[in-house]
Amino acid sequence: MKEKERTSVIKVSGVDFAYDRQKVLRNIEFEIYAGEFAAVIGPNGGGKSTLLKLLLGILEPDAGKIEIFGSSPLEVRNEIGYVPQNVDVNTGFPITVLDVVMMGNKNRHTGRRSLLDRMFPIRYNDIEKRCAYSTLEKVGMESFIDRKIGELSGGERQRVMIARALCAHPGLLILDEPTSNIDAKGQKRIYTLLEGLTPELTIFVVSHDLSAVTSYANKVIYVNRESYMHDLSEKPLSIETPEGEHFCEVEMMQMLGERR
Amino acid sequence: MMEIFTYDFMQNAMIAGILVSFCAGIVGSLIVVNRMVFLAGGIAHSSYGGIGMALYLGIPIFLGAGIFAALSALLIAWLTIEHRERIDSFIGLIWAVGMAIGVLFTDITPGYHSDLMSYLFGSILAVSKSDLYAMALLLAVILLLVHRYYREILAVSYDSQYASLRGIPSRLVYTMLLLGAAMTVVVSIKVVGLILVIALMTIPTYIAERVTRSLYSMMIVSGILAAIFTLCGLLASYIFDLTSGASIILVSATGLMVYFVVSAIYRRILYSTEE
Repeated sequence: MKEKERTSVIKVSGVDFAYDRQKVLRNIEFEIYAGEFAAVIGPNGGGKSTLLKLLLGILEPDAGKIEIFGSSPLEVRNEIGYVPQNVDVNTGFPITVLDVVMMGNKNRHTGRRSLLDRMFPIRYNDIEKRCAYSTLEKVGMESFIDRKIGELSGGERQRVMIARALCAHPGLLILDEPTSNIDAKGQKRIYTLLEGLTPELTIFVVSHDLSAVTSYANKVIYVNRESYMHDLSEKPLSIETPEGEHFCEVEMMQMLGERR
Repeated sequence: MMEIFTYDFMQNAMIAGILVSFCAGIVGSLIVVNRMVFLAGGIAHSSYGGIGMALYLGIPIFLGAGIFAALSALLIAWLTIEHRERIDSFIGLIWAVGMAIGVLFTDITPGYHSDLMSYLFGSILAVSKSDLYAMALLLAVILLLVHRYYREILAVSYDSQYASLRGIPSRLVYTMLLLGAAMTVVVSIKVVGLILVIALMTIPTYIAERVTRSLYSMMIVSGILAAIFTLCGLLASYIFDLTSGASIILVSATGLMVYFVVSAIYRRILYSTEE
């Protein structure tokens, strides 16, 4: 009853998806409300990445419906902040933290650019710089603003990527394996940072890291072709599937380990 | 020695060298950061097909090469836009097929074609006024587009998937980049030839990538370095009576060696002062 009063941010109903003829997702069903910290877990090949692509509007479902803030994902593209997986980044690329944070940001929150600004797209005006600085402050990276991105550590680079996603002031932040290739200290820092961003922001994270998920998320969606949702704020992690299967945390970890 | 600057052909050669160097520096930087060097090589070699066809049909060589290179670029863009991981097989194909077409058409064209080598290795001393106009026009178009769409190009080059999600037409940027590479290859044919052009697009950019902090400055530094290498190579080719294209490339390679040595010494000094 309580959930009906809250604003729905992500609503996935009856979604099926297949690559060619191979069915990847079947009857996916869940709803995420404003301010929640939701995590998607599940074995590799279980359809987590596909689900993410569907939510971002890169793929379209074969059946069912995905609504983000009540609209289709592409319509609310500017409301979604996305942090891609921290792999295959070109560390030799000559680009500064400021350039990365401002990347792809339309004028929505930085005001209209003057004619002079538009004639010199290489320069960032004061409003843009301030916007980048304040976003970097949120992730504790403001002193790195003029550094080359390749000089940063994996964890620092990931915080810059979070700042890039936050710069457009999204209502929903989607992260794909935010702590892969990052040491334990850096992982904790990133999750604490994400936790601090709620409840103003809704967070949706795909992760392998079950221990992080159980300590920070308040909702877990287990995806392995089908989806099972679990509310951590009501009871500790153990998921009841429609078939009556019952997974406790340890079993689930074992299962993830086996199929990985 | 100074009299070389008074010759008309030498002046044309130097202007052509500078114009082409900046085209190659800018486009080369974009090719390098987008990891498309092999691809530019494919377009360069395939444009030989255009040269052969132009000879056979009796149309201007640069028109033939230009059209052929542009079509190869569009074909590669179309084939690889969805599957960038399969790009190398397609490039290998277009590379070889283009050259084969060139050779066959040259075979069936009556007469002797002594100047074919000049397309492969350059003939900067034979640059005409109309060549210069074409080079200047291309440089102007490149400067205008890169300057105007710098942020979009930067976003697509760094993270094309993210750029698409933010509403930047990354496929269009990608296609334009390939077309830019094709056109740069064509205007470079006179200066360094289509086999050597890749070196002009990659050696200066290799150095520039390491000494700059932004894509914009990388493009400028690449252009300046390429111009210096080209002018020095031109001078060397005049003094020692060598093929200009080859001289330019070897001067560039020497420049790269010098960079390696200097940066190694610099790093050693840096470490010793830290200790």
